[in-house]
Formats: sequence, structure tokens, C-alpha cells
Amino acid sequence: MLEIRNLHAGIDGKQILKGVTLTINPGEVHAIMGPNGSGKSTLSAVLAGRDGYEVTAGEVIYQGKSLLEMAPEERAREGVFLAFQYPVEIPGVNSTYFLKAALNEVRKHHGLVELDAIEFLALVKDKMKALELREDFLKRPVNEGFSGGEKKKNEIFQMAVLEPKLAILDETDSGLDIDALKVVSAGVNRLRRADNAQLVITHYQRLLAYVIPDFVHVLCDGRIVRSGGKELALELEQRGYDWILSERNHTA
Amino acid sequence: MTPLIADSEVGETDPFLASFDTFEGEEMASSPPSWLRPFRKAGLSRFAELGFPTISDEDWRFTNVASISKLPFSPMGKTPSAGADRLSLDILPFSGVPVHRLVFVDGHFAKDLSRIGALPPGVVVTNLAAGLSDPSLELEKRLGKLTQDSKNAFGALNSAYFTDGGLVIIPPGTALGGAVHLCFVTTSSQAGASTNVRNLVHVGQGASGTVLESFTGLNPARTLTTCVNETWVESEAYLEHIRFQDETLESYHVGSLHYHLGSRSRCWAHSFSLGARLFRANIRATLAGEGLECILNGLYLTRAEQLADHHMVVDHTQPNGTSHEYFNGILDDRSRAVFHGRILVRQDAQKTDAKQTNKNLLLSDEATVDTKPQLEIYADDVKCTHGATTGHLDEDAIFYLRSRGIGLERARRMLMHAFAGEIIERVQNEPLRAVLDRIVRNRLEQNPHVKVEI
Ligand SMILES: Nc1ncnc2c1ncn2[C@@H]1O[C@H](COP(=O)(O)OP(=O)(O)OP(=O)(O)O)[C@@H](O)[C@H]1O
Ligand SMILES: [Mg+2]
Repeated sequence: MLEIRNLHAGIDGKQILKGVTLTINPGEVHAIMGPNGSGKSTLSAVLAGRDGYEVTAGEVIYQGKSLLEMAPEERAREGVFLAFQYPVEIPGVNSTYFLKAALNEVRKHHGLVELDAIEFLALVKDKMKALELREDFLKRPVNEGFSGGEKKKNEIFQMAVLEPKLAILDETDSGLDIDALKVVSAGVNRLRRADNAQLVITHYQRLLAYVIPDFVHVLCDGRIVRSGGKELALELEQRGYDWILSERNHTA
Repeated sequence: MTPLIADSEVGETDPFLASFDTFEGEEMASSPPSWLRPFRKAGLSRFAELGFPTISDEDWRFTNVASISKLPFSPMGKTPSAGADRLSLDILPFSGVPVHRLVFVDGHFAKDLSRIGALPPGVVVTNLAAGLSDPSLELEKRLGKLTQDSKNAFGALNSAYFTDGGLVIIPPGTALGGAVHLCFVTTSSQAGASTNVRNLVHVGQGASGTVLESFTGLNPARTLTTCVNETWVESEAYLEHIRFQDETLESYHVGSLHYHLGSRSRCWAHSFSLGARLFRANIRATLAGEGLECILNGLYLTRAEQLADHHMVVDHTQPNGTSHEYFNGILDDRSRAVFHGRILVRQDAQKTDAKQTNKNLLLSDEATVDTKPQLEIYADDVKCTHGATTGHLDEDAIFYLRSRGIGLERARRMLMHAFAGEIIERVQNEPLRAVLDRIVRNRLEQNPHVKVEI
């Protein structure tokens, strides 16, 4: 589904990703962990197509196509979804209008008929309830005045509506209380299918206790320095990142 | 001519004075009330005395009206424009909304295009010229009362040359059923042709109503429109006033809007400015009573060489008053905007709550904004805030929208529309708001800069 090969990328002349290689197959959940500033959000931004990043080497193949050549909206229509670490407030843009427009763009891209307002509301109603979102939520401007937790829930709600093939969750767990974490994790797990994949960026094992990864990778200073199964996350929680770094230095 | 006037200014105003004898001669034929002649003459000499403002005048620092002073001034006289009766209402904005509509073509009341429905007892909705010839309305007690202290050359010029306009009088305790639409159309394609109109709105104690005023230009030409409004909102009364200016991109438009608000009154005044090469609004709100609410809400869209200038003074004279000004502008190409908002809080105006914001969205690197808030506070227990921002579309927001599948062009439009929507949504009258929303949306859609450059 996704193949990242030797990806080098930076911004404003600063090299941040220094050769990331990662393969994600359909049905898999991968977790990326790593210290602050190691490049996790940069990786997700490059995958989603944010402007301003310079890819200096490497390539990304998504469903057989070169991802980096696609405009952000094309990637989204082809099923790439980024749950932002810091979702943006967009005053004046109504949530219903926004999400209906987004969904219909995706549907149009796949040759499906566009949904009208009533069909759209019918579709989102249950998904809202499952994420325990308040009724008035869709009437408000996108993320405006939302609490940190509400913003994160909104990301997962959008994901549930758009049903992406590849979901990248950038620290969706941070800022969530324990109940919200359960709700959000359940939301993520509901979207798990044999034909899609998830890339979960997190600092904490506690999310991975609910969203159980098939693989855990450690990103340090722009490189994946270790990969393992779900038990690697536990080990990191107990021993921190220094352990891996020093081990690496020893072997190097 | 007074010797106080510098030579250059005399030269500039001369052509504007010269037309008066012909204008007045024509008017005398229609036997106007006796007090009108001195009124006009006073306007003319006031104009001669003031002369056109220059950029050394603090209130006109960023707006050069030299090009107006050089126009071959030709005021609309008594004769209506040819073809006025053949004009189709359909091409005019808001024509689909059922309202009491008075249409004015080149400053002349077009009776056949106008339609005034049933009105509550005592309500007057008519054209000003008709009102002036009705002595029972005693308009000599109103006309010019709110403008007499003003140092506004364009207002003075208007006093001399105004042809007609709207007259709305809502007696105390009366709700005006349905909005009044004063629909002004400029059809002239002659450079220097000048339409001078004047509106008088009086909302009596505890009365309420909605008045829409629209200006549309049909033929691009260097025409000049001046408009003077005198609006009274008496105590406990409510007025929603919507002004929509969409003259051609060649034209000049100067509006002088005077509001006089009584105790516990509420006045919501909206200004939408889309057209004119040079647009200037002089907004003067005198908050004369206690505990009132004055909302001044405006949106300007400019492109090409347009200049939109809002110059306002909000004068708090009594305690517990609220005034909020919200002005948003979207500027493209080499267009410019000027915003000057002066809030004056007099010593007696304790517990004043005054807020002012001016936000500008630049779609081009060449567009410029001069924004100047000015708080002048003589009371000690007040809450006054102001803020101004100028910037481009939020790149993070654009990326967020795109990352959900929404194309770049549409994302930009959504954000621009949202920015305009902040202002549009304050319009209380729903059918009129819907039309404004559609017009603004269409105008933004037409903008070539929203398109993605390849
Ligand atoms: N515009 C920029 N200019 C310069 N440096 C930048 C810019 N954006 C990000 N960086 C730097 O790139 C590095 C990686 O940032 P990134 O946000 O990808 O880290 P992260 O792994 O997501 O960290 P966190 O765990 O704190 O979210 C950081 O050192 C950051 O300061
Ligand atoms: Mg990050």
C-alpha cells in the first residue's frame, strides 16, 4: 500500500528526514515513536503534501503511484488521510458544509454520486454518536473554539466519514483524557479493515494498548533506528529512548 | 468669493459653482418650498468656502480627490434621463425581494419602476421631492439638521445640487411592515455627470424598520455620485440600515451618513461596498442617549485600481452606550483601502462599551491598506478596544482543507467567503442577507486570482 524509500526531506534549508524507509501493507497498523523533534510530524506532513518541504532524495509509492507528485487534495481523494497533531481552526467555515464538500469531492473522484444534505446528515449521525460528539458540533465553524480533545475527536470523526485507505494519526492521543482516549481508540479500531492501513504516531504506550500495532518503529533524528513488534513500545516506555540511542552508538 | 480661499482651490471649485444658476433656474419652475432656495445657496457657499479637501487635510490623508475636482462637473437637473422608464427591474439587485421599493434613475424618482405596498397608519415612504412639497411634513425642521456642523465639502455640494432621494418617516410605536428599498441607478455614461441624492429617515420613539439603500451603475464612466443621509433613531426605536454600493469601476461615490441615536435605541448599520473607482463613506454617529446600541458593520471588496475609504466618527455623549464597528475588506490587484475609525467618549459617557475591528485580506502583493483607529476618551469608566489586521489567506487553513480532498481553488474561495461571511451574517433581515450573500459569493467566484496559476 505504502512504500517509503530512503526519504530525505527538509524545510528552510534544514535537513529533517535523513533516509526513512518503511513499507506498510494493507491491513497493517504501524506505530512510529520517537523523541520530540525527531521528524515524526515532518514525515506526516510530507506524506500529506504540505507545501514548503523539500524532498532531496528518495521516493514514496502509494498504491503503485508516486505519492509525492500528487497535489494534497489528490492524495486525499485517493484515500490518504492525516489526522493533524494541531488541527487548524477555520472561522466562518461551517463544519457541515466543509465535511460534506470534502466527502463529495472524494465520492466524485471515485465516480460515486454526490450526497445531498439529508443523505449526508443521515450518514454522519451515527458516527457522531459513536465519538460522543455534541449535537451542535456540525453547526459550528470547523474546530473554532473546540477544546483540545474535541479537535482530536473531530479528526477521527472526519476520518470515519471519509473512510481513507491510509490513515496517518499524528499524536491523536495527546491531550485526551482517559475516557476520550477510549472513545477515540474505539473509533480508530472500527475503521480497521483488511484493505486499509494505519500509521499511528505517538509518544505513549497507553494509546497502543487500545490501538494495537503490528509493527513499532522508532524514529530518531530523521531515521528509523529500530523496528519491532508491539512489545517494543512497552520496552520504550520502561527504558526511554536513550537506551536505543546508546545501544546504537555502541554497535556503530 | 471669499478672499480666504487660495487661488488654486478657487480654480478647482469654479466649474462646480458655475452650474448652479442653471440648476436652480430649472428648479424654480417646479415651485419648490420657499426655504429650499436659501438652503441650497448656503450649501453652495459652504462648498465654495471649504473647497475640495486635499491630502494635507488629516481626514483625507490617504484619499486624493484631485481627480474628482478635475471632472467636467455636470449635475443632474430636472429632466429625467432618457430611457429611464424602459429600464428593467430585473437587472437591479434585490429586485426579487418583496419590499417597498423606490427607484431613482440618475437621481430622479422613477414612479413606474417603484412600488410601495400597504403601510401602517402614519408611515411615510415616498421620494424626498414629494415630501418637500408637503408642508405638513415640516421637512425644513429636519433637512440639514444633522449635517450643519460638518466640514464636508461633498455634503455641502450635495445640499446645493440634490435632486431627490428617499423619505421614510415611521411614527412612534409603529413597526414598518416590510423593508424599504431605496434603489439608485446611475445610467449616465457622460464623464462628470453627477447624481446628488439625499435620504431622510426618521424612526420615531419605539418604532422599528429596515431600510436598504442600493447604488448600481450601468455604464462605466467617470460619473460622480454624492449621497447624504440624515437618519434619526429616536429613543427605544430600532433601525436596520443596509447600504449596498456597486457603481461602475470608473465612477466616484461619496456618501455622508449621519446617524442620530436616542436613548435605548438600537441601530444596526451595514455598509457593503463593491463598486466605484473611488468610494468614500463619511460615517457620523451621534450617540445622543443613554443605554443605546450602535452597530456599524461593513464589507468592502476592491480590485483593479479601486479605493474604498471608510471614515467614521462615533460620538458617545451619554452613559451605558455600546458601539461596535466591524469592517472587513478583501483587496486584490493594486486596489487600496483606507479605514479611519474614531471613537469619541465624552466625559458623561461612563460605562461606554466601544469595540472596533478592521480586518483586511490581501489577495495580491500590490494591494495596500491604511488603517487608523483613534480612541479619544474623556470618561474614566469605559471599555474600549480596537484591533486591525492585514494579511493573506491562512496557508495552514488552506492545507487543512486540501488534505480533506477540497481543491486549492475551492479552498481559497471557502476562506474568502468565510471572511466576508463574518460581516454578512450580522445582517438581521434574512431575505436581504441571502441576496447579499449570493452577490458577494458570486463576486468572489469571479475573482481570477482565486484560480490556480499553472
Ligand atoms: N519551518 C521549519 N524551519 C526549521 N525547522 C523546522 C521547521 N519545522 C520543523 N522544524 C524542525 O524540524 C524538527 C522536526 O520537527 P517535527 O515537528 O517533525 O518533530 P516531531 O518528531 O513531530 O516532534 P514532536 O514529538 O515534538 O511533535 C524539529 O527540530 C523542528 O524544530
Ligand atoms: Mg510532531
